[in-house]
Parts: sequence; C-alpha cells; structure tokens
Amino acid sequence: MPTFVYMTSCDGCGHCVDICPSDIMHIDPIHRRAYNIEPNFCWECYSCVKACPQNAIDVRGYADFAPLGHSVRVLREEEKATISWKVKFRDGREKNFVSPIRTTPWGSIKSPADYEAPSADALNSQELSHEPEALNIKALPALAPGRLKQGLV
Amino acid sequence: MFTSNPFAELSASVPPSVMQTYVVVMALLVASSTLFDIMHKKSATYFFNNWRNSKNKAKQRVGGVQMVSIAVQTAVVDVMTSGEFCNMRRRIAHLLTMYGFVIYVVTTVIMVFAYPTPATPAPANLTALWYVGALMVCLGGYWFWFFIRVDVVAEGNSPFRLMRADLFIVSLVLSVTFGLAWAYVQTTGNVTLANVFLALYLLATTVLFGSIPWSKFSHMFFKPAAAMQKRVAEANGTRSNLPAPADTPKIYGSVLRQTRNY
Repeated sequence: MPTFVYMTSCDGCGHCVDICPSDIMHIDPIHRRAYNIEPNFCWECYSCVKACPQNAIDVRGYADFAPLGHSVRVLREEEKATISWKVKFRDGREKNFVSPIRTTPWGSIKSPADYEAPSADALNSQELSHEPEALNIKALPALAPGRLKQGLV
Repeated sequence: MFTSNPFAELSASVPPSVMQTYVVVMALLVASSTLFDIMHKKSATYFFNNWRNSKNKAKQRVGGVQMVSIAVQTAVVDVMTSGEFCNMRRRIAHLLTMYGFVIYVVTTVIMVFAYPTPATPAPANLTALWYVGALMVCLGGYWFWFFIRVDVVAEGNSPFRLMRADLFIVSLVLSVTFGLAWAYVQTTGNVTLANVFLALYLLATTVLFGSIPWSKFSHMFFKPAAAMQKRVAEANGTRSNLPAPADTPKIYGSVLRQTRNY
C-alpha cells in the first residue's frame, strides 16, 4: 500500500524526505510540499507515515482488498511510546490497533558517540561494541557443550 | 537613513498621486488574484466539501461558544504564532518574515497616503518601523532561503536552484532588498543608481503582487482556514479519520528479558 500526501496538511518540513529508505519522498517543485514520486517503488515501510508530524501522509490500499472509500490512518505519540492504527472499511467498520514502539522513554537512547571508546583489547572479542550491556542483557547466549545434543560433539 | 521617508523624497520626481495609484493597483491585484486563485484551484470548494463531510460525520456537536474558542485558538496559536511549524528555526524565520512584511506594508501605505511629500514629514518612529519591518523580512527570508528551506536542507539541492515554488519568497525578499537599497542610495544623492534600484524595486514588487495565481502568496488566506478545520475536526470527534489518542501505558512496551533461545 504505497503512501501519498495530503498537500493541504503538509507543511513541507522534510521529515519524510529524510527518513524514506527508498528515497522516493521528494519536495514538489510547484508548491514545496512533499510527495511520493514513485509509488511503484514504495517499500511500504510506513516510515514517512509514522514520522510525519502533521499526519499529512496516508496509505493508499490496493483495490483488491481495500476498495475505494477505505482509509488507513496512523497516529504516533512519542510521549506515550505508542503507535495507533485506525483501519476504516468502506462499509463503515473500523478496526483500531495500539502498539508499543519503545521500551524506554523517547530520546533516552544514547548515540554511539555518547559511549566510551572501547579499548584496543576489544578487537580480540567476538562481541560487538558495548555488548552485552547495550542489549540490556547480562551475557550473550552461547552454546554450552553439555547442553548440545548427544552425538554431535 | 532610518529617519528618511523614501516616498517623500521620491515625490520630487514622481507625483504622490502616481505612487498612491500604484499602491491601490497592487491592493486590487491581491484581491482579484486571490479570488481567481480560489476559483481556479477550487480550493474553496475543497474546503467546504471537507467541512460538510466533517460535520456530517461528527460524533459530537460543536456549539457556538466552542466554535468561537476554536477560532480564537486558531488565531492566536496557528496564525499569530505560526504554531503549525514543528521546526523551531522555521517557525522563528516565518514569524520574522510575517510580522516584518505586515509592518513593512502597513507603514508603506501610511507613508504613501499620509506623508507623501517633504511638506508633511512622517514621524521618525514610523519611518524607522518601515526599515525595521523590511530588515525583519530580509532576516527571516534569507535565513529560510539559505539554511532552512527543505529542498536545500533535506533534498541537498543548491540554494540557488530556482523553481516555481520559490516565486513568492524570491519576489518578496528581492522586493524588500531593492526597496532598502533604493532608500539608502536615495539618501546618498546618487540619482542614477537610485533610479536603477527604484526600477528593480518596482519590478520585484509588481511580480510579488501580480503573480499570486502562480505563487504561494495566497497561503496567508487558506492556511488559517485549514488550521481552523483541523481544530474543528478534533473537537467534533472525526479527527480527520485519525485514531483516538492511546491510553498512556504503565510501562514502555514489554521489558526486555534475558533471551531463552537455548
């Protein structure tokens, strides 16, 4: 379901242009509003729909399962760390979904630059930078020879 | 320089009646071009269709008092403080440009109609306001043009790449910049250069007010209407089809636990 922009709601902030992984959200040269330049190449990741602070981006469903008259709208609430979906069918039925999108408050994740530089010994470790603390676990899971199926060792 | 009325100095070569006629023609151009724009783009039809749809699907009635409250909120938050913008730099640049333009236009009209000749000197505060308004437009406009504009910041294009969406902002900042340059050069007594800047000032100003059907000039009329509609949709429960705000969760998502894959 590729995305499209309500030009009257868009304020041309460029969040969708920045976030689109397919680089198909661009700025219209006539009105300086965002638009999807190539819906066929839309990954349907909805990053732009969720990122839009004006709720100006919507989803156009495929005609076979979401015929004319439907709507799929998304509301992201950063302070609650939730994302809500409202799917409206053309016969008037509605389905509402709320999902958590974070396990920590918005803006609380440290950027890689905020961590201390790892020591040179870390090059010899199998773990990636700041593992396992950055994953909020005590240790990475590892195969213990005693727990392997008999006959494999 | 800040105390000189450029229009009074110009009256030595151009009769005040000509200047006043030009201002009236520009005002008529704004009114007629905006009406043409509304009819041509059918923006009024779109707006009223949306309004009707929102009213028909309303889950709760919006009373007269509530409507007045919404109108006041729209005027204060969305119009007077440019509340629509989520980017604070863009909001400040817009406020500078907007209030600068209002001050600049109002003082121009007052100076041209009330103090058109040196025989009727304009108060120093009034002429200073004209310069302050023009400088505010330049500050906000050029800041937006070079550092905030989305096709430069997000798209990575050159700030000098012109397109039709730039018609309004370019003609606005050029009009004000040439106006300031003309006013300054006029005080130095260089008549030839002053005439050149006057011609450029008039050209850019005529383009600004004459290109409304093709530019973003009329956003100052339809944006408040769109903001009002958004607030009414929130109040009557339709919320432009958006989901209702979620209940605040007790915890953020599900707490990560030690993995149990093995």
